[in-house]
Amino acid sequence: MLSVKNLDKTYPTGQHALKGCSLDIKKAQIVSIFGSSGAGKSTFIRCINRLVEPSGGEVYLDDMEITGLKGKDLHKARRQMGMIFQEYNLIERLTVMENVLSGRLGYVGFFKAMFRRFPQESVDEAFSLLERVGLEGYHNQRADALSGGQRQRVGIVRALIQHPKILLVDEPTSGLDPKTAMIIMQLIGDLAKEKGIPAIINIHDVKLGQEYADRIIGMTDGEIVFDGAPSEVTAETLTMIYGEEDWSKTIRKIEDEEE
Amino acid sequence: MTEITATMWKRFSRKQSLERFGIEFVLLMLFLWATRSIDIYWPFVADAPSQAADLLNRMTPPNFTFLKDIVPSMIETINIATLSTIFAVILSFPLAVLNARNTTPHYIVQMAARFIIVTSRSVNELVWGLIFVVFFGPGVVAGVAALTMRSLGFMAKLVSEAIEEIDHGQVEAIRATGANGAKVFTYGVLPQILPIIIGTSIFRWDINIRQSSVIGLVGAGGIGILLTSSMNLFRWQNVSMILISIFFVVLAGEYVSAIVRKKLI
Repeated sequence: MLSVKNLDKTYPTGQHALKGCSLDIKKAQIVSIFGSSGAGKSTFIRCINRLVEPSGGEVYLDDMEITGLKGKDLHKARRQMGMIFQEYNLIERLTVMENVLSGRLGYVGFFKAMFRRFPQESVDEAFSLLERVGLEGYHNQRADALSGGQRQRVGIVRALIQHPKILLVDEPTSGLDPKTAMIIMQLIGDLAKEKGIPAIINIHDVKLGQEYADRIIGMTDGEIVFDGAPSEVTAETLTMIYGEEDWSKTIRKIEDEEE
Repeated sequence: MTEITATMWKRFSRKQSLERFGIEFVLLMLFLWATRSIDIYWPFVADAPSQAADLLNRMTPPNFTFLKDIVPSMIETINIATLSTIFAVILSFPLAVLNARNTTPHYIVQMAARFIIVTSRSVNELVWGLIFVVFFGPGVVAGVAALTMRSLGFMAKLVSEAIEEIDHGQVEAIRATGANGAKVFTYGVLPQILPIIIGTSIFRWDINIRQSSVIGLVGAGGIGILLTSSMNLFRWQNVSMILISIFFVVLAGEYVSAIVRKKLI
């Protein structure tokens, strides 16, 4: 489904953010990427839909090479990848419905988009997705009137209405309280499974990331240092990813929950 | 080595004190030089209070019957302000986009836009009025053109600053949906700057009401024409009536713009 080969990124500042990262996702699975701030997680998923231009390497979505696409072709490729953001990145002054339908911008013409003339089936789908995430009745609320958890639900719906082949998720729970964070992770996991698409989730929270993932990727200093099942994550793995620390407590809690 | 010494504290070091004294001295010199160079004729200054009293005397009571001439002229004044604001808003928008660091297509285009903005802002509306009276002849058209030219740079500068300060995350989210440049702009940028555009437009309209009552002094239409002719004919009671009318129109303009601003933003 997704194949990333030797992805490399050096920023104009000289910062070498990605050092030849490769990743293959062959089935619809939830992939959590662990790594400390600055490890290159954000750069990695932004290089996949080319919000950040990679300096080297290749990205394939199914059989289409994303790297090397230009203009219209790149826009068409981007609409097949739904993205969910750390600070939700909703258009604050627009309504929930406008925010959701902005996920269809890659499919409608400019004037239709400008005058909010979206096809009825998109509107229907928007309503049913909003209901699915528990936001029925909120469609005419302005985004800046919502709570963090509600905003992220809108963010999720905006990504899903693109009919993506993959979800790229960047720190979806930072800034949310623990309970809301769990609900949001659950929702992303469930919806990805329902739609039968893989999701790549950058996440700080080791426990959350482990709980909802089928596969864990560890990144340190722009390199992928771990790739395995959540059950394979040990204190040594976390030390390798994040550096020396007493991880026994974090790990024991996970084992407790498994019992 | 446990010797205890009192620690002296002064707000400024000796060097800083000297610098500050130097600056104060220079300012004093500038003041003295300026007052000497403007060549004040003191008998006129001494005469000013009695002259003011005399003028005030000739201005009262205001000629209320003159209102029938003032009202049409005042309506013209307000229309000049409204029209020039509308034109300025429309023309300044592309200029603002081309001038903003994050939306300009090229550095050279940005420099060109900046040149227009600076030109517009650096020339006073009375001077623009003089120029356009030559182009269009005396009247309303020259007034609208003058105020449009002056408002253009003001609007463009403030709006382009707003564009530069938008939240980039929202733009990124729209890019990620596969939207092209135009759609990214209308969804990611425009909603963020719209309140600034509306607010600045209302503010500029408010300013233009005031300015359009003055540009008639150079023949560019509006109440100012009536004002100059009344002054030239020494009809001081008419002049005071005009000044009172301008005061109330400006007051009304501020009131209206405050209401509109509250409603729209």
